[in-house]
Amino acid sequence: MHEMSLAESVLQLVEETAVREKAQRVKLVVLEIGRLSSVEPEAMRFCFEAVTRDSIAQDASLEIIMMPGVGWCMPCGVAVEMAESYDACPLCGSYQVQPTGGTEMRVREIEIE
Amino acid sequence: MCTVCGCGEGEVRLEGGADDGWHEHTDADGTVHRHTHGPAHKFGYKPAGAHTPSHHHADEHADEPGHEPHAPQHVIGGDLDYGTGQAGAHVPGMSQSRMVQIEQDILSKNNSFATANRRHFDEHGIFALNLVSSPGSGKTTLLVKTIERLKGKLVISVVEGDQQTSNDAERIRATGVVALQINTGKGCHLDGHMVGQAVARLQPAEASLFLIENVGNLVCPAAFDLGEHHKVVILSVTEGEDKPLKYPDMFRAADVMLLNKCDLLPYLEFDADLAEANARRVNPQLTIFRVSATSGEGLPAWLAWIENGLAAQCSKRAETVAALKRRVQELERQLAGQ
Repeated sequence: MHEMSLAESVLQLVEETAVREKAQRVKLVVLEIGRLSSVEPEAMRFCFEAVTRDSIAQDASLEIIMMPGVGWCMPCGVAVEMAESYDACPLCGSYQVQPTGGTEMRVREIEIE
Repeated sequence: MCTVCGCGEGEVRLEGGADDGWHEHTDADGTVHRHTHGPAHKFGYKPAGAHTPSHHHADEHADEPGHEPHAPQHVIGGDLDYGTGQAGAHVPGMSQSRMVQIEQDILSKNNSFATANRRHFDEHGIFALNLVSSPGSGKTTLLVKTIERLKGKLVISVVEGDQQTSNDAERIRATGVVALQINTGKGCHLDGHMVGQAVARLQPAEASLFLIENVGNLVCPAAFDLGEHHKVVILSVTEGEDKPLKYPDMFRAADVMLLNKCDLLPYLEFDADLAEANARRVNPQLTIFRVSATSGEGLPAWLAWIENGLAAQCSKRAETVAALKRRVQELERQLAGQ
């Protein structure tokens, strides 16, 4: 459900930028979503379509770039890939892994005309 | 719709009336809703002309990490390059479309409100905690017992978040401390702006404890910083041991976990050690207290943690004030010497 407020925040950033750039409409919105963030891409797509209706971004395509999850394994002292935030270190099996990447939720860019 | 909760009809209500940014709607039946909208809805844009949704990049590229589908050479340092558009790529010879980099966190608005709240708390030596859990974990009872034991020593104010009713704020007020209810309407979490409004209304005292009871929800409140110093997640032993694995975001966002209703452990098959191990799988840094709001067991350690946190917050501010005073004296000496 919080994807709805996140989609609203996306629209807010998009609208501010579109107005500043004197755009007629927004054709494409590109998001970067980390695999370890609290965003479900499908829910985001659904909410994005709902919130952009009757806005400058109506019918805009949504591109979601999934950013890989990365964690720092304390016993190994190296960065390892994580698919979930509760994953064990693939090298040593320890759960002492602190996520360091893949938690981002960003609007990267938009295409306007 | 509302930036806060996605609600359509302005259902966010803050107890006690409107404030800046808040406005009200009156329904056909005469019910008045107070509500805040972010700036997102000021623009009443309709798309210019008919548009055929003719782009399909999203599906083609969605799952390729690090993929750069839109020629970043067109974009320089967050501004746009008017010289090269995407003309030719989509509608040959017609389109004036261009890429504009935004590179902003989706939650940047919320985070700026949260940062302002945290600055206010730090400047006034206020220790702020955000209590999160599923509905029914015993948050409010735990809060009431915590307040009853601390109110003789500390000044406390409380913000209660629920979709509807002011029942919880009334329970807190019955203990004698000030409490403000925020009704989120259709919203599933409190956000930085709501809490900022509540702080302005409550005016928490210097060197006091500020407790925020979030909406009962183990998912959404994890993403929204309110400006608190710590999220405290409450898990009760009548839930499953695997809840930290099912809802990892919240257990990762929290610094403290309270395992509540421990007085019921003899009657349940709940494995408290397994629950703690699961929580530490998600968050190795988690501080865990086993407590029972009903019997009072384990509460002293939790209360001591709060008191230490507040004391640290106050001494941090005292250091800042002392440093500023030293700096003022230094500047005065320099001025006098000139």
